[in-house]
Amino acid sequence: MIAAYLLLLLPLSGIVFFAVLGHHPRVGRINIKFNAFALLMSLWLAIDVFQSGSIISPGQLFLIDSFNVYLIVLTAFVGLTTSIFSAPYMRHEQENGKLSNKRLKLYYSMYQGFMFAMYLVLTTNNMGILWVAMEAATLATVLLVSLYRTPESIEAAWKYFILCGVGIAQALFGTVLLYYAAIQIGDTENALNWTVLYENASQLNPEILEIAFVFMLIGYGTKIGLVPLHNWLPDAHSEGPTPMSAVLSGLLLNDALYAVVRNKMLVDGATQTHIAGHLMMGFGLLSFLVAAIFLHKQQDIKRLFSYSSIEHMGLMTFAFGIGTPFATFAALLHMMVHSLTKSAIFVTVGHAAQIAGTQRIEHIRGLIKTQPAVGWGLLIGTLAIAGFPPFGVFTSEFLVLLATMHSYPWLTPLLLLGIGLACAGLFRNIQPMVYGKQPEGQQLVPANLWPVIIHLVIVLWLGLSIPQSLAEWFNQATILISGSAPL
Amino acid sequence: MELLEQDFYTQAILSLAALVGLTSFLMLGQGRLLRLIFVFAIQGLLLTLATALAGYSMNNTHLYISAAITLLLKVILIPWMLEKQVFKLNLHRDVEALNNKTAVMLGGASLVVFSYYVLHPVIQDTPLVLLNALAVGLSVVLLGMLLMISHRHAIAHVVGFMSIENGLFFAAIVSTRGMPMIVELGIAFDVLVAAILFGIFFLHISRSIDSLDVDQMNRLNEVDQ
Repeated sequence: MIAAYLLLLLPLSGIVFFAVLGHHPRVGRINIKFNAFALLMSLWLAIDVFQSGSIISPGQLFLIDSFNVYLIVLTAFVGLTTSIFSAPYMRHEQENGKLSNKRLKLYYSMYQGFMFAMYLVLTTNNMGILWVAMEAATLATVLLVSLYRTPESIEAAWKYFILCGVGIAQALFGTVLLYYAAIQIGDTENALNWTVLYENASQLNPEILEIAFVFMLIGYGTKIGLVPLHNWLPDAHSEGPTPMSAVLSGLLLNDALYAVVRNKMLVDGATQTHIAGHLMMGFGLLSFLVAAIFLHKQQDIKRLFSYSSIEHMGLMTFAFGIGTPFATFAALLHMMVHSLTKSAIFVTVGHAAQIAGTQRIEHIRGLIKTQPAVGWGLLIGTLAIAGFPPFGVFTSEFLVLLATMHSYPWLTPLLLLGIGLACAGLFRNIQPMVYGKQPEGQQLVPANLWPVIIHLVIVLWLGLSIPQSLAEWFNQATILISGSAPL
Repeated sequence: MELLEQDFYTQAILSLAALVGLTSFLMLGQGRLLRLIFVFAIQGLLLTLATALAGYSMNNTHLYISAAITLLLKVILIPWMLEKQVFKLNLHRDVEALNNKTAVMLGGASLVVFSYYVLHPVIQDTPLVLLNALAVGLSVVLLGMLLMISHRHAIAHVVGFMSIENGLFFAAIVSTRGMPMIVELGIAFDVLVAAILFGIFFLHISRSIDSLDVDQMNRLNEVDQ
């Protein structure tokens, strides 16, 4: 449990530390150290949970079980690798005069603020605090989206703020209804604790919980980027600094989905029907297909990959919605490989945009000739995210397909169509950027591509063979969520 | 069931619910920013009264604390900050021309009916006051959204945003006697930070597009320019 407290205290102190000293030239490295320490803590926590099962803190404020501990490790890992990428990237931006010292302080301070909010979302046992932390994550990132202060970035940040704020207010109404259902059966102070709710789920009023879930799905779904509530996502991802796009895509979306899945577990327990799952399947499939179509008409490289994020989040929501152990296992795996691949892609995209001096797809050409490492990174990352074997995304998408064929065979063609559309949409844009003829005026940038290499190697490894211990871990989480083991 | 047969608390809460709903409609039709903010402060005051009343009838100190927080945040601090911004940006004389006022009002009325319809399943085993309070809470949330859709001014959007929060809070107070203390503190903190961030944003927006009319923020879209 100490590990969990340290995990939360560390970024909290980081907020203050960087707010004061964030302009220091070596600050990027200090940020890496903060995140490396957080990763160590999360691994410690993971080993604890692996050996002795779920941990509940005294006072029931925090809950660590096999589902969230895996996301905590993933969050800490992506947080660390993104900070490794962000150090030279932000220095480059500063040297180009895009950022003042004050904004650099804001950036590093809020980076830690965002990490804190993410860890709080994952570790808390209280559904109310979960909401508070989710909103805090928006608040921490909204000023980072407008960090460059261009009219576009301010517009994107405003849209993000208003849409996510209003959206997530619906989730608070859902939480109020959940609390209302909960105090009918027991004590009031602990009634919002997930452990208490889960134990007594069968006694909760199913009709109230159904309404509550609709509100939760709309609320947290806005943050997941489910169509038709996705409008903020491409803007926020494309206008902010690239490290922010990487963590937003890789972490924030996952955590919002985590909130929905936690609520689904409660609703399923209360209603004993599959209504929550059907809602998730519908929204997920719609997002998946619409985003795959939108991939074709993008002109901005970051927007392109934001739509790819919507597509993959849709697929995960769909898979969690199916709800069979097999589908849940696939969704968990997909969450992990998508986070790793997408944050790796955003790292290379950031460098590509710095090389070309623009984010417009039509002006980025011939990356492999200018800076081969960046070009290859982008190409291999795109291969991985499009679901080519032998990468992990292929494995998880294949598992989702199998699970769909098993439970809802008539939906399989739609999934295949979406995967095909997305693949075509990505490659028609990526191919000329990577190969193409290199235009005048491209310049080499200092790039640290270790995060990309590490992420893609892990994704490749997961595609070739999932290590026994990790599979066991996923198994435990699947049993927790869906009630039985997939393997 | 006659209203006069109910106890004092129920009667008072029902009247307050009606008034809170009314303030939402007043905001919907208000084109002057200063008056909009004033009505918003009144709504906050009604909310404070409802919270304090619930605290009194339950003899619950925790509700008094949240009443104090509401008074401080929603009645004093946020309206004061918004008003300061309005004067600073020299907007206090502007009147926003609202299109389709009648249609918006009728839309608002149908949203209230819709809220009652959605929450109908809750009614079976609960007292009437609860259904009314939850339905008014939900309609204030939806009316806040309608306010944001019908007004084009960024400050009006913030008022709508905060009034959505008011609706949620009202629902929580009446149906469940407030959320657990720690959650309530967290929400209050989020609202406070959001209010400060909005202030920063007004500055950035007015610097970058020279006005606070959100219709002018149209650079980002999917259509090819």
